[in-house]
Amino acid sequence: MTVTRPIYLDYQSTTPCDPRVLKMMLPYFSEEFGNPHSRSHAYGWKAEEAVEHARKQVAAILHANPREVIFTSGATESNNLALKGVAHFYKDKKNHIVTCATEHKCVLDSCRHLEQEGFKVTYLPVKPNGILDLAELKKAITEQTALVSIMAVNNEIGVIQPLAEIGKITRERGVFFHTDAAQAVGKIPLDVNEMNIDLLSLSAHKIYGPKGIGVLYVRRKPRVRLAALINGGGQERGMRSGTLSTPLCVGLGEACALAQKEMRAEAIRIEALRDRFYETLRVNLEEIYLNGDAKQRIPGNLNISFAHVEGEGLMMGIKELALSSGSACTSASLEPSYVLRALGVDEEMAHTSLRIGFGRFTNEEDVDHAAKLIIKEVNRLRDMSPLWEMSRQGIDIKSIQWAEH
Amino acid sequence: MIYLDYNASVPLRPCAKEATIEAYNFTGNASSPHYAGRKVRALIEEARKTILKEVKGQHLVFTSGGTEANGLALSGLGEMPLVISSIEHESILKARLNPYLVPVTSKGIVDLGKLEKTLSSFETPGLLSLMLVNNETGVIQPLQEAVSLAQERGWKVHTDASQALGQIPFSFEELGVDMMTISSHKCGGPTGIGALILKEGLHLQPLIRGGGQEFGMRSGTLAAPLIVGFAAAVKEALFEREEQSKRLLKWQEKVEEALPDARVYGKESPRASHVLSLGMPGVPSELQLMSFDLKGIAISMGSACSSGKSKESHVLVAMGLPSEEVKCTIRMSMGWNTFEKDIDCFIQAWNEIYLSQHMKEAS
Repeated sequence: MTVTRPIYLDYQSTTPCDPRVLKMMLPYFSEEFGNPHSRSHAYGWKAEEAVEHARKQVAAILHANPREVIFTSGATESNNLALKGVAHFYKDKKNHIVTCATEHKCVLDSCRHLEQEGFKVTYLPVKPNGILDLAELKKAITEQTALVSIMAVNNEIGVIQPLAEIGKITRERGVFFHTDAAQAVGKIPLDVNEMNIDLLSLSAHKIYGPKGIGVLYVRRKPRVRLAALINGGGQERGMRSGTLSTPLCVGLGEACALAQKEMRAEAIRIEALRDRFYETLRVNLEEIYLNGDAKQRIPGNLNISFAHVEGEGLMMGIKELALSSGSACTSASLEPSYVLRALGVDEEMAHTSLRIGFGRFTNEEDVDHAAKLIIKEVNRLRDMSPLWEMSRQGIDIKSIQWAEH
Repeated sequence: MIYLDYNASVPLRPCAKEATIEAYNFTGNASSPHYAGRKVRALIEEARKTILKEVKGQHLVFTSGGTEANGLALSGLGEMPLVISSIEHESILKARLNPYLVPVTSKGIVDLGKLEKTLSSFETPGLLSLMLVNNETGVIQPLQEAVSLAQERGWKVHTDASQALGQIPFSFEELGVDMMTISSHKCGGPTGIGALILKEGLHLQPLIRGGGQEFGMRSGTLAAPLIVGFAAAVKEALFEREEQSKRLLKWQEKVEEALPDARVYGKESPRASHVLSLGMPGVPSELQLMSFDLKGIAISMGSACSSGKSKESHVLVAMGLPSEEVKCTIRMSMGWNTFEKDIDCFIQAWNEIYLSQHMKEAS
């Protein structure tokens, strides 16, 4: 008898906290409990020292200066701070933001809010492979543009945007470049100087660190200024008030250090697992489509549409796999993914899509078992589907005129 | 080393530490519909219920801490008039541009007469924010009276109860406020988490937008380990409150009796028992802090957030203290893991520092 354990394949939603990270955090949950902002005693100094060490570790993975690292509660806050902070600070001079239709919801929502306040926002389309068209970006930037915000790696389809090329354009045009790198840090090499990135958001829990902490990188030369979202004690150079959580900072720092050290080897291993999984599916199932560019994507992501399969039925059938049909934030709704829609995937097809995320703790056994389950379930659902049968007979389903009842 | 700076941060309670660390065993995003997400979601919702039950609140939004909760409360209702007391925490003082400040008396209590006048001077109702317990003096503010004054005029009321939770008896329900901030690490839970308690039906514009978590009032992936630790700390802090308060009150009185030369600010007012704002005549705060540190005692000048800037306490200034007194004040604060011998050491150290400084002057 074999006991099947649930398999976690949702690494773009969140990642488990690496035991090595947690181990580094533990002392700061007990004896080292000082407030890092307390300047009058050793408890505070030790906490501050730990926070500053973590700041260096975060800076290292970005090739940034530690003084450019602002701790926040997570990437959602970082993205809000970058967009609203820059827009509000420079509002007397500039009133335009350029972003992209496939950004994370927190970027899009911040932009919509800024539109209500009177800012102008351009939402660039993407090509069918999910990648930004640089010619469109060049056209969109005007004299009034304060900020271009383009994510580094998409959270649903894993595609990597051409950051260095975007940075070159924005720097030439004298516009700040913000990138939401929550899904990119530890997956692809990042260098804020080579890529001319002025602001960068990252999240600890997407890179095997703890939830509740993230960073906004804010360039000092040329200097980017921000209006703070959260005011008070003036911590984090006045850009983000509130007591820093020492254990969370330490955890994020360690997560960055591990990611930096292990990224190359991890990428090779995960890519092999992913390719093995996809190959198994491709050999055993017809009419499956990969969403997003096949090459220019991170190793740990697949987003696949299964033609003529009912999406909810599929999710129900593979309950022992923890994966999702899209972003966690919106996956509770039955709306088809706006990211896939932006790629031109039609609504029906978008409904049949799964996001499969592979990561540090995924192994071959997991991947093989998951593939087997998905193949079995897709075949079962297709066998029950009259649409699948018709499509087998060569009938173009879209051409059918359904009789009304 | 003796830690007497509980108001800067309370050491994590063992129960909170255990709950937090255990929750790191669960992977999953609380917004994901699959089993891993649902498990994490269940932990969070249980913690939410626990906290609401403990503080008798109606609705709860998790934030990254007290500062963010205060920011959300003060800006979430939009551009309405804002009245606050002059002794609020910096996260209230700086939450919005140009709030209207109501002074406090020399006893450290908000001046209710002036508050009434101020509220009446506005044509349209706004928001009043008044802390429950001051973080430097421990003085308890007359919340219920202030709430009546405000609500009679159609104003909404927020209170920052960060320093009151686990120190004095109160509940959201009894206070009758519309919004209340609590902070995890000020009651022995982990740092990085706090909450805004709300009256049912009150909806706030978010500071942080995105996935629409927390009823659309605060987006971002929830940190289950911090949340369960927070709930465990709240539960224990309130369970032990009465006993702890009695213990700390004894020590507060002991310090006051043992140090007849010390000035104790806020002494004439109803006070929480965990904190003392102590003036050492003629000895500057910085010198005191250094001397205490050399003797192995960790205290502070005032709020940790601003202690780096070594600026004068705005609380004591608002109470009308002369500058030379403000400059000679320190804050000592106690909590769940303080022992009587710590207090004895503090008393001895205080006397030694005081005497040695005055002997230097005499010689």
